Amino acid sequence: MTYLAKPKFHHPSLPKNAIGFTRRDYEASTSTLCAGCGHDSISAAIIEAAFELSIEPHRVAKISGIGCSSKTPDYFLGASHGFNSVHGRMPSVLTGANLANRDLIYLGVSGDGDSASIGFGQFAHALRRGVNMVYIVENNGVYGLTKGQFSATADRGSKSKKGVFNTDNSIDLVSIALQLGATFVARSFSGDKSQLVPLIKAAIQHRGAAFIDVISPCIAFNNHAGSTKSLEYVRAHNEAVNALDVMIGRDPITVNYAPGKVVSVTQHDGTVLNLRKINDEYDPGDRLAAMNFLQKHAALGQIVTGLLYVDSEADDLHSNFNTVSTPLNQLDTAALCPGSVTLETINDSLR
Amino acid sequence: MKPTDISAPGYFHKVVDCQWACPAHTPVPEYIRLIAAGRYGDAYMINWKSNVFPGILGRTCDRPCEPACRRVRVEEEPVAICRLKRVAADYKDDVKGRMPQPSPTKNGKRIALVGAGPASLTVARDLAPLGYDCVVFDGDKHAGGMMRTQIPKFRLPDSVIDEETNYVLDLGVEFRGGTRIDSMKALLAEDYDAIVVGSGAPRGRDLDIPGRKEAAANIHIGIDWLSSVSFDHIHTIGKRVIVLGGGNTAMDCCRSARRLGGEDVKVVVRSGFDEMKASPWEKEDAAREGIPIHNFLVPKEFLHDGGKLTGVVFEKVKAEYDAKGRRKLVPAGEPDVTFACDDVLVAVGQENAFPWIERDAGIDFDEWGMPKVDKVTFQSSHPKVFFGGDAAFGPKNIIWAVAHGHEVAVSIDKMLHGENIADRPLPAVQVVNQKMGIHEWSYKNEVMPDERYAVPHRDNASALSSIKAEVELGFDPNLALAEAGRCLNCDVETVFSAPLCIECDACVDVCPMDCITFTDNGEEDDLRQRLRAPALNLTQDIYVADGLKTGRIMAKDEDVCLHCGLCAERCPTGAWDMNKFFLEVTHAGPACR
Repeated sequence: MTYLAKPKFHHPSLPKNAIGFTRRDYEASTSTLCAGCGHDSISAAIIEAAFELSIEPHRVAKISGIGCSSKTPDYFLGASHGFNSVHGRMPSVLTGANLANRDLIYLGVSGDGDSASIGFGQFAHALRRGVNMVYIVENNGVYGLTKGQFSATADRGSKSKKGVFNTDNSIDLVSIALQLGATFVARSFSGDKSQLVPLIKAAIQHRGAAFIDVISPCIAFNNHAGSTKSLEYVRAHNEAVNALDVMIGRDPITVNYAPGKVVSVTQHDGTVLNLRKINDEYDPGDRLAAMNFLQKHAALGQIVTGLLYVDSEADDLHSNFNTVSTPLNQLDTAALCPGSVTLETINDSLR
Repeated sequence: MKPTDISAPGYFHKVVDCQWACPAHTPVPEYIRLIAAGRYGDAYMINWKSNVFPGILGRTCDRPCEPACRRVRVEEEPVAICRLKRVAADYKDDVKGRMPQPSPTKNGKRIALVGAGPASLTVARDLAPLGYDCVVFDGDKHAGGMMRTQIPKFRLPDSVIDEETNYVLDLGVEFRGGTRIDSMKALLAEDYDAIVVGSGAPRGRDLDIPGRKEAAANIHIGIDWLSSVSFDHIHTIGKRVIVLGGGNTAMDCCRSARRLGGEDVKVVVRSGFDEMKASPWEKEDAAREGIPIHNFLVPKEFLHDGGKLTGVVFEKVKAEYDAKGRRKLVPAGEPDVTFACDDVLVAVGQENAFPWIERDAGIDFDEWGMPKVDKVTFQSSHPKVFFGGDAAFGPKNIIWAVAHGHEVAVSIDKMLHGENIADRPLPAVQVVNQKMGIHEWSYKNEVMPDERYAVPHRDNASALSSIKAEVELGFDPNLALAEAGRCLNCDVETVFSAPLCIECDACVDVCPMDCITFTDNGEEDDLRQRLRAPALNLTQDIYVADGLKTGRIMAKDEDVCLHCGLCAERCPTGAWDMNKFFLEVTHAGPACR
């Protein structure tokens, strides 16, 4: 970490996006996480994604729980809305906010402790309901704030910094997200921004529950030999199934791919996701196959990354509930209280 | 690209842009930090060792360091390096006790130095403490050369010249003022072990156009006129004065004329304003004193009436550029312009002149009348005779003369020890870690945008009423502290150790200038385009390190690095470290042999 604020200087050629902001405009206060923390890389990836999508910062709500990961919303998108909630309760706060104002982009940031232990139930229900959000778990397999005990996502047999082996089975959040009906499921690695940034962009453009499990090595407590979430281990066992290019609306598509190598998915807003296949047998549109693939490769000790499943036709909680299309804060008295004549009409229709 | 060899003295030296640009390679950031710490005497001595005339240069240097300053690339205005140097000179305590002592024993070698300007005095400064018998000759009674005769007193007071020339002469140097050397052959016959010619470029160019002879009484050669002013031989000038020429001498002429009774003083220049040779700040100083500059006017004729100058006729020209981008001034086709005047000062250039060196003295001259001088050793075709300063390669400025002087001294010291003078000594280099604590460095690394502070000036009315009142008042300690804080400490280098790096990207994310990239290796042209921010400034190096676990390389563009050390603060393994690079040019003495 550093106590110094990043100087205001920037590279003379720093580009601006469509709404006139530079990448630096999406930064926030100085991170107080340990030097080298994977979470800081994820924050940088979120900044990059928001910049590239030309997102207006005030259209974003960042919501988090408790933990190292849940501190990070303070370190990106400084001009966005934020809510740092109770431990493990990010999903319900996010769901409530989303119901009240469906126009914002919801960015739920959580960790393996926050989502796989204390907030496991909350995690499950938010995905099950199809809340329109990006749910990012910054997954390092340890409780960093309490000095490195195994978390629920630590692999069985992996070794702690003190030399203890984990005897519990691990929770694979990606498998559970697939099972619970999340409509955009991805896994990535904090050490690979070229993979992570497009995934975050695609997740933001996705309508429905988008879940990204980001393996984020804890440099202080989980980056040693014997850990299965160290930089070195993840690099050595990373099995990327595809590489993603996000083509936004009017952007001219200039990339030429070899035929047969690309799966293009058009999301509801017109965004085209071009998935360059790395593993030929992998089909990100097939949930069952994805689940099998994950289990098979996990048994081989491989960490499957990439866009694992996407349902471009997904609905979200609002369409399921048939809620009003206007955010609640924009409904005026006339809309909320249509008058006694209308009430009479409704009552008449129910007789 | 091949991995960068950061142990080569030149690599980090180039990153310290100011020190690299300085002909004498003064360790600028080091002395600026000392000024910030209030250690003016220490800052002065670092300067004195390197450039011999800190007080003089702090007022008059052509400051090649400032355009090179990194602040220009990340902000706009450079650090006021030159004026900070003056602060060290203005606020130091007595430094006499810190000067080298005259050598108690002599080594029996005798050196003659012709001209007591910056080149000769630098040679004497370097050689006298080593035991050489140095004899400095000058036609003037006081030492200083052009620093004393041609720079107006309102820019450089005599007291400063006296102090700094005396530091040299007090080293046991023999000064024979008022002794002009008229014959090289006679001097050679005196059997000195080496002779240094530091006699400057003493001849001002004339302008041979109609009317020159007839109006001669009111037409003066700029540098001659300036030295007459400085010797108190001239006290007045006409009310309407035209200064011809666009260099720094022209600026000194016009500003002097304003102080000697010139009310309507104008500068007329052949070229455009931006192409003028004068330093931008000298043009500003002239403008501040109400002196207009007229551009694209070529003098055609001096008008005169009964032997008295009445005006000058100018032809209007415009600049045209040929296919190779060379500029040519062609007639603009507009009517001629006539300015009425009482006096003209001609400041259209200076030339070398060696009437006192017999052409059969064993020193070869080229077709332009310049001595043939080796660019590295400064030796002429006569093995005992060396040239330095303006005498060597034509008019430059004081700091170049100093740099020449150091090299001449090295050549002489090596030659008289029987060594090959073409073998030049490497500089002395130190690279030292600057970490003081977890988040503490030995230097102020909190950098922020901060505009250059202006040096206070004497008000115009009182400045113009005296030829001797110094116009620039210099920074006070508070302003100096603020300006010193603008220095980016480019000598505190980012040093990368690949074996320690775990490629966590922390440095990439935190770098405010997007200097650092981890990527696949490639040819430099290709790599420069692929960096996080394209590295388009080809004058700045890319620092490349290999040996990373993923097989990628670390590439850092040195161009706009702020030396803020955030990469080192964010690095979990200490793969980045901030090391101070201190380079001192090796001067004459045992180290150069």
